[in-house]
This record gives sequence, C-alpha cells and structure tokens, in this order.
Amino acid sequence: MLDNNPNFLLMVEGLTVSFDGFKAVDDLSFYVEPNECRVIIGPNGAGKTTVLDLICGRTKATSGSVNFKGQELLNKREDQIVLAGVGRKFQTPSVYEDLTVFENLELSYPRGHSVFGALAFRRDAIVKARIAEIAATIFLEALLDEKAAFLSHGQKQWLEIGMLLIQDPELLMLDEPVAGMSVAERKKTAELLNKIIKDRSVIVIEHDMGFVEDIATRVTVLHQGKTLSEGSMERVQNDPKVIEVYLGH
Amino acid sequence: MSASSHRLFSRQDIIGFAILAAVIFIVLPLALDSFRLNLFGKYLTYAFVAVGLVLCWGAGGILSLGQGVFFGLGGYCMAMFLKLEASTPENTAIQSTPGIPDFMDWNQITALPWWWEPFNSLLFSLIAVVMVPVMFAFIIGVAMFRRRVGGVYFAIITQAFAAILTILIIGQQGYTGGVNGITDLRTLQGWDIRTDAAKETLYYVNGVLLFACLLIAQFVRKSKLGRLLIAMRDQEDRVRFSGYDVASFKIFIFCLGAGFAGIGGAMFTLQVGFMSPTLVGIVPSIEMVIFCAVGGRLSIIGAVYGALLVNWAKTSLSESFPELWLLGLGGLFIAVVMAFPNGLAGIYAEHIAPRLAALFAKRQTPAAVPKPKPAE
Amino acid sequence: MFSDYSMTELGAIFAMQGFAGLILFSVFVLMALGLAIIFGQMGVINMAHGEFMILGAYVTYLTSTAFAVYVPGLFGIYFFVAMILAFIASGLLGLFVEWAMIRHLYKRPLDTLLATWGLSLILQQVYRSVFGAREVGVSIPDWMMGSLPLTDLIEIPINGIFVMVLATGIALGVYYLMFRSAWGLQVRAISQNRVMADAVGINTAWTDRLTFAIGCGVAGVAGSAFTMIGSTGPTAGQLYIVDTFLVVVFGGTGSLLGTIASAFSISQAQSIMEFFLSGSMAKVLTLLVVVGILMIRPQGLFSLKLRK
Repeated sequence: MLDNNPNFLLMVEGLTVSFDGFKAVDDLSFYVEPNECRVIIGPNGAGKTTVLDLICGRTKATSGSVNFKGQELLNKREDQIVLAGVGRKFQTPSVYEDLTVFENLELSYPRGHSVFGALAFRRDAIVKARIAEIAATIFLEALLDEKAAFLSHGQKQWLEIGMLLIQDPELLMLDEPVAGMSVAERKKTAELLNKIIKDRSVIVIEHDMGFVEDIATRVTVLHQGKTLSEGSMERVQNDPKVIEVYLGH
Repeated sequence: MSASSHRLFSRQDIIGFAILAAVIFIVLPLALDSFRLNLFGKYLTYAFVAVGLVLCWGAGGILSLGQGVFFGLGGYCMAMFLKLEASTPENTAIQSTPGIPDFMDWNQITALPWWWEPFNSLLFSLIAVVMVPVMFAFIIGVAMFRRRVGGVYFAIITQAFAAILTILIIGQQGYTGGVNGITDLRTLQGWDIRTDAAKETLYYVNGVLLFACLLIAQFVRKSKLGRLLIAMRDQEDRVRFSGYDVASFKIFIFCLGAGFAGIGGAMFTLQVGFMSPTLVGIVPSIEMVIFCAVGGRLSIIGAVYGALLVNWAKTSLSESFPELWLLGLGGLFIAVVMAFPNGLAGIYAEHIAPRLAALFAKRQTPAAVPKPKPAE
Repeated sequence: MFSDYSMTELGAIFAMQGFAGLILFSVFVLMALGLAIIFGQMGVINMAHGEFMILGAYVTYLTSTAFAVYVPGLFGIYFFVAMILAFIASGLLGLFVEWAMIRHLYKRPLDTLLATWGLSLILQQVYRSVFGAREVGVSIPDWMMGSLPLTDLIEIPINGIFVMVLATGIALGVYYLMFRSAWGLQVRAISQNRVMADAVGINTAWTDRLTFAIGCGVAGVAGSAFTMIGSTGPTAGQLYIVDTFLVVVFGGTGSLLGTIASAFSISQAQSIMEFFLSGSMAKVLTLLVVVGILMIRPQGLFSLKLRK
C-alpha cells in the first residue's frame, strides 16, 4: 500500500540483517517524509546504529529494501549512497586528524569525487567562500588552519557535522551527536542541530530525552531489532510497551 | 593561511628540489669516475621505486612488499627488447637455431615464443616498460582494494606475488633466462650501451626521468588527491562516507607507484646491462621499502637520498665486510622503525632545519627570521 | 597428465605424494600455529618467525651432537630432550624480542613487519657467524629410520609418522591452552578488547609477552621437526615464511581449526602437483590458487561474519 508513495523520501521495508544467526535488525519497516526529523531511541543493543549502518551501506543487509527517492540503496556502494544524497555522522567523532579544519571541510565539498576530478580540483573562490560560511556555522571560523588533532572532543563533533553540511545531503543521519559533550557544548550543539535540520530530512539516534523532545517530528522505538512503537514523542512516552521495556525488568 | 602550502612548490620544496638537482646533475658527475657514476646511476633507479612507495605507503598507508615485481617487469620488458636486438642471426650463428636469444637455444627452444615477438619493436617495448607493471598493479589493485583487503594482508599478498614471479622466472628458464636472467645486452638501436660515454648519457637520462617522476609525485601530493590519501590512511570510513570511492584512489596510487618502478627497472637494465630474478624477489622488494623508510616515508626527496645512501652503504660495506652488511641492514630496519620513523627527512626537520634557521637569524636582521616548517 | 599411469600406479602415487605432503603439512602446522597465535591473537606480524624455527633446528642439532659425544647410550631419546630445549630457547628469545621491540609497536602493524624483518636478517647473520654458512643435518636415531611397507608400492617412512604425531600432539596442546585454559581465556579477551581486559585486571603486558614467547617456542619445536626432513642452514627459515603466512591468512585468523585445514590443503595440493608438474610450477600454482581464493574471500576460509 505504501509502495512507491512519492510522499516519502526514505522507505525502509522488511530490513533484516543477521550476524551468524543473530538477527540484529529483524524485518524492520519505517518511512521518512521530506523535512521530517525522525529520532530513533531504544535500549542498548536494540540495533539503532546497525539500522544507520544498513541504510548507508556500511553493513550489508541480509534481506529487505531501502528505497531513497525511488532508488534502491542496498545494492549500492557507500560512496554512491552518499552521492545520492545520504550523509552519515558516526558516533565517535571521525575527522582527519592530520589535516587542518579547512582541509577537512574541503575534502567534503561536493566536487571532484573521481580520481581525476580530485587531481584537477582547484581551490577557487566559491569553495573558499562556502568553507568560510560552514566554518562560521559550526563555530570554528577562527580555527581554519588548525590541525583537527588539536580540537576538543566537542569541536571535532562540530567539524564532522560541518563536513556533512557542506555535502548538503537530503537525508542526514546522526548517531548520538551530543554524546560526550560538556553542558555548554551540548547547548551549542542543540542550537546548531536545530539550525541544520531545517530543509532536509534527518534521522537521529539520541538518548537525551529533553533534546529528543526538542527536535523530533516523530520517534521510533527499537527493541531487539524490531519497531516497538512509533509516533509523536508524547504517544511513544505513554506507550505501555515502551514503559515495559525501559522500566520493566 | 593554509592556501600557501597548497601551491605546487613551497619555498622549502624549491630548495629541496634545487639541491637534489645539483647533487644529481653536478656534484655526483664531477666527484665520481665513470665506474662509480654508473654505480650511482644504478642506485638512482631504486629511487623510482622509493618515490612510488612514498605515495603508496607514506601518504596512502598501503605497504606493498612486492615493488620488486614492478621493477622487474619494467626491467624485463627493456631487457627483452635489448636481447632481441643483440640476437641477430649473425651474432648467434653458432647456435642450433640462430636468431633467437642464446638461453632459448640452450634450452632446446627452436622458435621465438609469440609473446616475445612484439618486443622487436622499440616503441612497443617502451610502452610495455610502463604499461605492463601498471596493468599488473591494476589487476592486483582491483582484486584487493575492491574487496577491501588492506594493511598487513595486502603486504603479505604482494610479497607472495614477488615469490610467485621469481619462482616462475627461474622455473621457465627457456623463456626467461632463468636464474641468470637476461644478460649480455649490447646495443640500443645500434647504440652501444656498454661504453663509458653511453653509460654517462644514460645516467643523465635516468636523472631527467627521475625528476619527471618526482614532479608527477609532487603534483599528486599537492593535489586534493594527495590530501585524500592522508585522509584515507587515517579515517578510511569517513572518506567513503564523504562520497569517495576509496578503492579507485588506492588502485590509482598503486598503479602510479608500479609505473614509476617499471621505469626504474628499465633504466636499471640499460645502465647495468642485465636483468635477473634477484631483483624481483621477496628480499629486494622489502629492501626497496627500507630505501623509502630511511629517506623518510613522507618525503619524496628523502626517498631519493634514502635509495642513494643505503645502496652506497651496501656497496661499501659488503665489499669489505660482508658479514657486517647484513647486521647493519637488519639494524637499519629496526632503527628506522623504532627510533626514526620519519627517516632522514624527519631528522632534517627536527634537528637540522631549526639550526639552519637559527644560523640565518643571527646573520640577518631578526625581523626576517624564516620560520622553520616541518618537512612534509 | 594422468594418462601415462595405470589406476593402481595413480593410487600409489597419490598415496605416496599425499604422505610426503603430510610431512610438509606437519611443518606447516607447527610453524603456522605459532604464527597464528601471535598474529591472530595479537595482530603482530612476525617476519622473523622462520628464524625462530631455525633456532630450534640448531638447538636440535647441538643436542644431537652433544648426546653423540657425551651419552651415546641415550642417543635414541635425544630428540625429546632437543624438542624441549628448542621450545625453551626459541621461547626465551621470543620473550626478549617482545620486551625489546614488539611491545613498542603494537599500534603499528606495518612497522612491526619491517622491524621483525630486520630482526630476521640479524639472526640469519648470527647463525652464519656461529654455525657457518654450510647446512647441517642431524643423525636420526636408529628406531626412527626405515619405513613401514603398506603395500608393495606404498612405503611410509617412520620419521614422517613421528613428525606427524608430534604435530598433532602439539596442535592439541595449543588448542587446549587457547580454548580450555584460564590463560587462553585471558589471551582471547585481550584480542577482543584490550582496554576492557586491562580494566578487569588482566595483566595485558605480561600476557602479550607470554603469548609471543609461546608462539616462538612452538616455532622452535617446528624447527626440531624440521631437522627430520631437511637440513638446517642460516636462511632455511626464510623459505617458509610466506607459505606459512598464507596458511594462517587462508585459514582465517583466530581459527585454529582453519589453520590446520588450510595447512592440510595447501601442503597436499603442493605435494601432489609436484609429482606431475615441476616443483616450481607446483608451488606457483599453489600460491596462485591460495592468493586467488583470498581475493574472493579475504577473511579466510573459517571466520565468522561479525557485527562491526
């Protein structure tokens, strides 16, 4: 009934992955609309990160389908998925420590992705202007020439968010973006995320409930690789099944 | 602003290139007799390999222990052409089958194998010198990098290739000259390459080609591709999720290194006058890594000095104290890994460059202190 | 290539070559076990592994000479003493090398590879200086000489059987050590999560050192076995290192069963092909097949699909 509904940006259907018999994600289906901010929550080991890994091609699915703007993603390589418009931020900050902030952002600039494209890439005014703009957004404009290795944990997280922003993906996937941050950094990050989730669809994994309430359009609760509950924050919070899983034992 | 470091040559680079050019084209030819110059020419052919390794290993983190394969393939392509030119029916009249290379005749082969035929053409041979290693690297690269084989696995498998090719060359001596290799090479298009004058010319040709490769390497390193390689070495997944096909970049750089090595091999054949499996196998392949490591695995200029220095030490030591040489080489491997991971370039950047800068600062007005930059 | 032989002859050829392959298998297994422990559990590539084996071979040679001179009456049992001494000698050297070198390089696997290569060059030169460049062989005690005739075409040498029994015994011992003992549990815990292992009170530094030493010790025993079937020279170890690595990688790291199965298939393939092709071509084909399979299945034959 939902097949090829043009209203959905991302359609995940029957997604399953099994690691040596253990089903980390089990027949999972959900749908993300354009400009929606979907938050995935769930206890440890529920398969949240694995779902993101499956969508962006980091882990190969056993069966199911991930349809993004009418294209099947499951048989694509990671880089093809990225170029199709899906960006992914990892749980631990992953930036290029040996390169400067400027270079980090530059490598994410969506041009010159082929071998010869990269050889011919020139750092022109458009690129510089765009990098300056993104750097200002992620509070790093003063640190452009600093090596990423010297940034604080929070600054690295921002840098990685900036690297995704410069790609300008239609679907942005964030894995615990405020984890491990100080209170001040957390506040700034929330502000930053609120700014960037406009005009695009976002899937966020997050534990911080206050933060989730702030940003979520809809919430999906995962448990043992399956959807336990889905809907608005309020609905999910009052779902007896969810309460059972979080508080039951 | 970081933009300055992305010009093709920084000031530091220009000085480095200029000094190297002076050493290769002026100092060595003036200081050495023609025998020694030829010897240094031979050392410089290894520099091609070492420069390729800087790109693959130093920048890209891909350690190949099979560069001897590409050096050898390039060298053999050149040697096959020279051997055919030397094996005219007149020169080989005493053989039972005149007109084929002598070792084929010794192995009761009566006709030139079909895959030797194209090497009658100089143009084909010159193309093959580069393209055979590149194609071979391409096949290995596609098979390995597409399957995400990397790190030590890649190192061991490339080493296995070095073993395979050596065994194959030695085993098929009727077609390859076996363990002796292809020897007794005489002329290139009628030009006798054995004379002192020819060897001197070849030394300069070698130097020019090496500089061409160095310029290509410099261009690659300073391009976005160079930064991508470093990014890949440190955070391969992040590069992938920035929309780059990591494998294709690795294949490219591996092929480039192989092409350089092939040219080096061909120049070896021309200058030394033979090519043999002793330059292909596991041992020479891993020694080529040490040339690169001694020079500094991140410095293309350093790689050239590394190749020169280690080989010069090898010749001098193994002439007089053959036992000491193996101990020294073994110690060098350990020392360069444990104590000087950035090799000569690292020592220069950490100890010599700051002192030079201080020296300059004393002589000039304090305002014009050149800021010491770490050599890359 | 088979058409020149009758069926019974072919059967005999396969049996004899297969048995010859079993001896090669024994050496592979012993070498590979040591390497697999070190590489699989610690991620360290030991390029000097062949030299540790050769140390064991030299120790065996020295022991046999000592027995022949001082206690000729007991010559029949020198081999067992030699094995133990070989294990101790190689193990102690391993202990030292881990302390002096390897422990500084755990985070740099490619560098370890180069450093241990350097070590192998040094050891080769030391062997050459001490024992001479000439290859040495041991005299095999009388009871190990001769062979058991199975049929009139097939004969099985006794020393071969002995080496095989030895290899099997040690493989079982290593299996027990790694998968049934408390110490093995610690080693495996470290290989899965070093920081956590540290946190729960496992002495990771000491466990690493001991793991490395045991891996080297097993290589020393492999050297003892090696003297039964080949002569010992300074560079004899280097010939085995690539093969052994392929055995380990082919089997899938961290899987002892895989190591044994891959040692078996590689040695058998090589030995049987050797009869029909030249030795060098057999080797080339074996290596090519192994490398080819590794390209299709880089994780090796026996490894699990894991959650990243």
